[in-house]
Amino acid sequence: MSPRMDILRFATAGSVDDGKSTLIGRLLYDSKSIFEDQLEAVERTSADRGEEYTNLALLTDGLRAEREQGITIDVAYRYFATPRRKFIIADTPGHIQYTRNMVTGASTADLAIILVDARKGIQEQSRRHAFLTTLLQVPHLVVAVNKMDLVDYSSEVFERIKDEFTSFASKLAINDLTFIPVAALHGDNVVERSVNMPWYEGSSLLHHLEHVHIASDRNLIDVRFPVQYVIRPYKSTDAALHDYRGYAGQVAGGILKPGDEVMHLPSGLTTTITHIDGPNGPVEEAYPPMSVTLRFADEIDISRGDMICRPANQPQATQDLDAMICWMDETRSLSPRAKLTLKHTTRTVRAMVKDVQYRLDINTLHRDEAASGLSLNEIGRVTLRVTQPLFVDDYGRNRLTGGFILIDEASNATVAAGMISNPLR
Amino acid sequence: MQRADYLMSQLDVLEAESIHIIREVAAEFERPVLLFSGGKDSIVMLRLAEKAFAPAPIPFPVMHVDTGHNFDEVIEYRDRKVAELGLRLVVASVQEAIDTGLVVEQKGRRASRNSLQTVPLLNAIEKHEFTAAFGGARRDEEKARAKERVVSFRDEFGQWDPKNQRPELWNLYNTKIHRGEHVRVFPISNWTELDIWDYIRREEIELPGIYFSHTRQVFERDGMLLADLPPANRGEDEPVFDAVVRYRTVGDISCTGAVKSTASTLDDIIEEIQATRITERGATRADDRASEAAMEDRKKEGYF
Ligand SMILES: Nc1nc2c(ncn2[C@@H]2O[C@H](COP(=O)(O)OP(=O)(O)O)[C@@H](O)[C@H]2O)c(=O)[nH]1
Repeated sequence: MSPRMDILRFATAGSVDDGKSTLIGRLLYDSKSIFEDQLEAVERTSADRGEEYTNLALLTDGLRAEREQGITIDVAYRYFATPRRKFIIADTPGHIQYTRNMVTGASTADLAIILVDARKGIQEQSRRHAFLTTLLQVPHLVVAVNKMDLVDYSSEVFERIKDEFTSFASKLAINDLTFIPVAALHGDNVVERSVNMPWYEGSSLLHHLEHVHIASDRNLIDVRFPVQYVIRPYKSTDAALHDYRGYAGQVAGGILKPGDEVMHLPSGLTTTITHIDGPNGPVEEAYPPMSVTLRFADEIDISRGDMICRPANQPQATQDLDAMICWMDETRSLSPRAKLTLKHTTRTVRAMVKDVQYRLDINTLHRDEAASGLSLNEIGRVTLRVTQPLFVDDYGRNRLTGGFILIDEASNATVAAGMISNPLR
Repeated sequence: MQRADYLMSQLDVLEAESIHIIREVAAEFERPVLLFSGGKDSIVMLRLAEKAFAPAPIPFPVMHVDTGHNFDEVIEYRDRKVAELGLRLVVASVQEAIDTGLVVEQKGRRASRNSLQTVPLLNAIEKHEFTAAFGGARRDEEKARAKERVVSFRDEFGQWDPKNQRPELWNLYNTKIHRGEHVRVFPISNWTELDIWDYIRREEIELPGIYFSHTRQVFERDGMLLADLPPANRGEDEPVFDAVVRYRTVGDISCTGAVKSTASTLDDIIEEIQATRITERGATRADDRASEAAMEDRKKEGYF
């Protein structure tokens, strides 16, 4: 048990039957995260269905409808750990009708795995998954070329797929791209290096997941602290608490230290951090994703939804947003002049759609500028006007201060995810 | 914490995420309540709530859905904790619901009050106009839970609709509801059983004694060891014997099994869990063995 272990969150995407469930089942099984009673249940179900092998894919199908139809319809979260890391898998379906689920899973992922069937090569779906991964700015991407056993573990097939994907991916800004040939069904290159592919010199998938460097994926430069909750104890019996005024929140960017001069937005007033209280007492530094409480030298009127930053490094305060939107609601679509609730960091405002600039064909990346709206699973660039200034960064610079959700004012459903884009880029 | 890389340990990351969720809900909902059973998960959740608002007190009450089939040590623990933290305790009583005819006690030897908790729970939420109820469920526990949102919407009947859940992105939670609706909030969704125990050890959190190895009069039913206490309805043909056991989960006496164990310290327990090959619910919950979809069905009706 190493208390130093960190967490890697990854999302998996693949077309139906590429072997995603088998791969996840393998990772769980080979890392000994499957318990006997779970395995027995799966063996029983497999046998009942007359399947000749134990279908590890059944381990990952949560809801009854999925079990009945044999498909994955929602994001499911799974957990396993090795002595090096704890892993959280966001298991997302690959079909275009579940784009919103993939977007959801990718929003918190450090890494995404895209599965490709070695026999079929790069498909339209693979391109779409790669695009969504970059849209959501997942820092690391792994292309797992699966079913290598069915192509005689051929290095040529693997290289061809790799070249094709690389040339396509050059159009997307992917920082870290890794290709791994696997046979999920038999375990080749999943946990152990495969003896069937001596030509492959990279690491196994699990080894890669254990070692990929994620510490510097966070933004440790731009100090951003959305104020979440004001803590004022007022205990008549404790005079020391009488003047306690703490501003609680989760650090969204940068490194804060007692003694730092900071700026409060929207007021623009500056003050100094006197104390940072962490969950276990005072700390000398706070950085993402720590949840802390800040105390300041001056009494400033600070409330939930405000932002703390550095005087020389401020987010943009704006009521006009230019954003990529993924529409997630089936009952209605996004159209100009629509009014919605918008939640960004800890601030909730009303928003009006000013303009739909274009709709993106997420398979071809073609921009349809004649489009007037977005419906379920469609992605496009939209201009919004909001009722109060938001303190935003480009999503590419900070996922937490660049992302927002839209909420329908009547149904209260979450209808869209938005990624603020710098119009100059 | 490794200074140079600004790394955080997994427990620190999980703790930070949970505290963020708890604060978010306290900020956005008028009347939250924390469901507190005296089990280890709700004990951890309570500790996280303490930390989220320190040095101020926890700004919401706690609620115990009381089946009336409790281990004495657990009730004692509950009352002590509540007094220590100066919290208000709301008890939703299953016995009262049975007495007033709201629910009907199951019959037969395997009668359990577990599924009867839903009605008193929903009634209490309605009566006290709670708009958000924190629960200690974890996604690693069970298949249906693996898909549930952190802030999970319940309609005016308290029902969960697994097919119509709100997408949850980044650390942004949709907290909008209409009057009469509520949400269940699961701040420790991403913790595993082992994380919980590691945290209890790190934080030196006191637990009810039944989690540690002790000698107890038990009998065997359906492959589980049940305590020989009245709610378990031991039959003539179910012989009693002494066993050295502990509990992995705390629940209704009639359907919570003990596991044979000599683990008497947190270190022992953690070692045992790392080696164990059976899930927590599989080992100790009769109700979930009934069917593969038992939890999903109960959850849809408004269960925890
Ligand atoms: N031969 C071979 N078959 C595989 C491999 N991985 C998965 N499969 C099979 O492909 C089918 C689809 O796999 P599944 O994991 O259910 O795909 P999913 O729809 O992507 O989750 C199943 O019959 C698997 O047994 C592999 O590496 N080699």
